[in-house]
Amino acid sequence: MTTPKMMQGNEACAAGAIAAGCRFFGGYPITPSTDIAEYMARELPKHGGVFIQMEDEIAGLAAVIGASVGGVKAMTATSGPGFSLMQENIGYAAMAEIPCVIVDVMRLGPSTGRPTSPSQGDVMQARWGTHGDHPIIAVAPSSVDECFGLTVRAFNLSERYRTPVILLIDEVVGHLREKVTLPPPDQIRVLERLRPTEPPEWYKPYGSAPGDVPALAPFGSGYRYHITGLHHDEAGFPTERVDEVRPWTRRVFRKIKGNVQHIVRYEAEGVEGARTIVVAYGAVARSAREAIKIARAKRRKVGLLRLQTLWPFPTRVVSEVCRNAQRVIVPEMNLGQMAIEVERIVGDRIVRRVNRIDGELITPQEILEAMETK
Amino acid sequence: MKTEIDRYEIRLAGAGGQGLILAGIILAEAVAIYDGRNAIQTQSYGPEARGGASRAEVIISDGPIHYPKVMHADVLLALSQEACDKYFFDLKPDGILIVDSGHVERLPSSQALRLPIMQMAVEATGRPLTANMVALGFISGLTQIVSRPSLEKAVTARVPKGTAEANLKALAAGWDAAEGAPKQR
Repeated sequence: MTTPKMMQGNEACAAGAIAAGCRFFGGYPITPSTDIAEYMARELPKHGGVFIQMEDEIAGLAAVIGASVGGVKAMTATSGPGFSLMQENIGYAAMAEIPCVIVDVMRLGPSTGRPTSPSQGDVMQARWGTHGDHPIIAVAPSSVDECFGLTVRAFNLSERYRTPVILLIDEVVGHLREKVTLPPPDQIRVLERLRPTEPPEWYKPYGSAPGDVPALAPFGSGYRYHITGLHHDEAGFPTERVDEVRPWTRRVFRKIKGNVQHIVRYEAEGVEGARTIVVAYGAVARSAREAIKIARAKRRKVGLLRLQTLWPFPTRVVSEVCRNAQRVIVPEMNLGQMAIEVERIVGDRIVRRVNRIDGELITPQEILEAMETK
Repeated sequence: MKTEIDRYEIRLAGAGGQGLILAGIILAEAVAIYDGRNAIQTQSYGPEARGGASRAEVIISDGPIHYPKVMHADVLLALSQEACDKYFFDLKPDGILIVDSGHVERLPSSQALRLPIMQMAVEATGRPLTANMVALGFISGLTQIVSRPSLEKAVTARVPKGTAEANLKALAAGWDAAEGAPKQR
């Protein structure tokens, strides 16, 4: 065991990245994510890694993709405005199937908004911000400890499924200082991407593969292949043939959808026999837990479903946990971006939304009111 | 303070640049790391580097802390009139209000503890910037929410290099002033 220390969510995220083997950071500082860039600038060189501040967020993610193609685990961190700029390259990473981790510390938008205030307004942008049909993985931590753990996991998922993974941290959690005891390095499970074993002339970077994830050869390792944002064949060269375009799209969806049960993480607490279920994520899940503590003291049967994975959406979990609920409360620091998904599954008749879009964290009292009003 | 704490909420409010966030971090670290209890610290500030409203909040407990912000403060430190006006209403009926008498003229309660915090800092160290440490020392001495050695260790570990001595002096000035203050519950 290492000794406990007081750490900020953003710092724990950066520490988690290094623990997961991240050795490249490319980005552009922006409140409230800057602590991550500062940590990486300071610590990465000590681990033989490289930190580059690029000219903007577009270049930041481009550099990250380049580093990853070179065989190095890579990450960037930003907030709303920068996340908007990154959308094009998120699509490129999804299309070219390049592992990378994108941290978005959510602040109040749209546009410049309120730079220092929290929000959960980027949930749908994480899913659909880049154009075209593509799968994506997004996770949302609720504590400093989880900022560390979910960042490690984000890298593992990204490497295992050859996909960009988005970490949605809200400003409250990003700037929160909490006591944490980080696990020693030998207790952290770190996954590496599959590398080809066949000779270079047989290598198909986009071929069919067990689990639908083909091996990825680092550029410069003797495997010559093509990478493009155009639809491509198994060798990576542009194609317009429908019998090559369709299988690609199907495969990349299958690699995520077929593994939903391995990807999705959540925490269900006191949901057995509960008439009211609160579905929450990020800092708001902490407000929910406080509200539930108060409600239980009044002998109310209330359960909490806290989602750590937001995308792919945990449809089955929400459906099962809420099956017998008479009321499902979805508190969010947005106007109901996840509530839409929950309503799709359990029906909008029983869903109560609790929303704030003024840059303040939802209070336990506001969630309690949603439990008590008819 | 040795009894079990369910939840103790401290809010430090004033203007950006007064060092309130650093004071909050030091308090949380002293309680959580050196005293071994549980503590959490959050902050809220505007986009300005100086000026604008700024606040730090510290929640202390012997159990898990879920909601990370202040619900009903046990202690409110106000270093500006604006902060005093804005946050007084979240203070518990028996909560402690501490104001800098040099910055807060209109008092919302006759129970408020008025202290020339900035002036004390200047007298102790010659640096008005150490007012945050005077305030921290005063709050800690008054509430006994943290042990003095723990607080001193946390100050030494967190303040910029070469300033520990001045900051500890300011802290002591605050702590000693608390010993002469009216007894709190």
